Amino acid sequence: MEIVAAAVLGKYLGAGLAAIGMGLAAVGVGAIFGNFLSGALRNPSAADGQFGRAFIGAALAEGLGIFAFVVALILLFVV
Amino acid sequence: MASGNAIDPMHQFEIAKIAPFKLFGLDLSFTNSSLWMVIVVAVVSIVTLIGTSKRSIVPGRLQTLAEMSYEFVANILTGVTGKEGMRFFPLVFSLFMFVLTANFLGLIPGSFTVTSHIIVTAAFAVLVIGTVIVYGVMRHGTHFLHLFVPSGLPALLLPFIVLIEIISFLSRPISLALRLFGNMLAGHVALKLFGAFTVGLLGAGAASILAPLPLLTAVALTALEFLVAFLQAYVFTILTCVYLNDALHPGH
Repeated sequence: MEIVAAAVLGKYLGAGLAAIGMGLAAVGVGAIFGNFLSGALRNPSAADGQFGRAFIGAALAEGLGIFAFVVALILLFVV
Repeated sequence: MASGNAIDPMHQFEIAKIAPFKLFGLDLSFTNSSLWMVIVVAVVSIVTLIGTSKRSIVPGRLQTLAEMSYEFVANILTGVTGKEGMRFFPLVFSLFMFVLTANFLGLIPGSFTVTSHIIVTAAFAVLVIGTVIVYGVMRHGTHFLHLFVPSGLPALLLPFIVLIEIISFLSRPISLALRLFGNMLAGHVALKLFGAFTVGLLGAGAASILAPLPLLTAVALTALEFLVAFLQAYVFTILTCVYLNDALHPGH
């Protein structure tokens, strides 16, 4: 009985810890767009051409945060 | 919405059979997911077919929509892969329009989001990566393997880089599928949670004065979800183009 309770506790603790990963992904996405903006303000004429690249980087960084979210979902609803 | 005070954000993703159908032990039922896929394809077909049927010099609303989406996807594709990549235009355009329309139609309250199921997004990702591998091998033969061997590397580093490149290639379909699925799922779960908070607060006596707060958050989140719905379709398309570029020009 105690083992079951500990497993449930661990499940919810793990899901909560996975949320940290999403916060770190937010740091990464913020760094990408912050740097893009500071570069774009220095050289606005080159900004349009690099817009797609900024989004590729943001998508890759955000994807890792989504992995953390999926880990939390698996812990909550599957395990 | 939530029944009573129980919050069940996953209920909206349940698959319901509309017309049960079995063939050789396989469950091929027509479900609500299939229904919404048919609706999405119908909407895309109507916009593109009717929009391009008149071909007037001063375009009407539907024709502008069809022309804008064509130019948008064509600009992404030629920007990433060059003129050569236009042979993949039908694939990329279909993917973009389907994902975009499915994301937007999923935002209608009470509808079903096709792209919030990992089996659908995984099928798209496998289609894209399968196209990359089949076309790359057909076009370049063994030269396609130069994708994993960047030129100008010291021999000592080579095995590690090749290993990393192979792992990165193999993780592409997984991340492509999980990104779209996770974004749509997370957005709809958040919307449902704030809706359930509003309902819960309304039935909580004196605390019901706070009920407009989660309602306003839900409204703001809906606006954010429209942005995310477009952004994820855009990101899916641009990553598809990047991967197709590897099939066209492996080994840079």
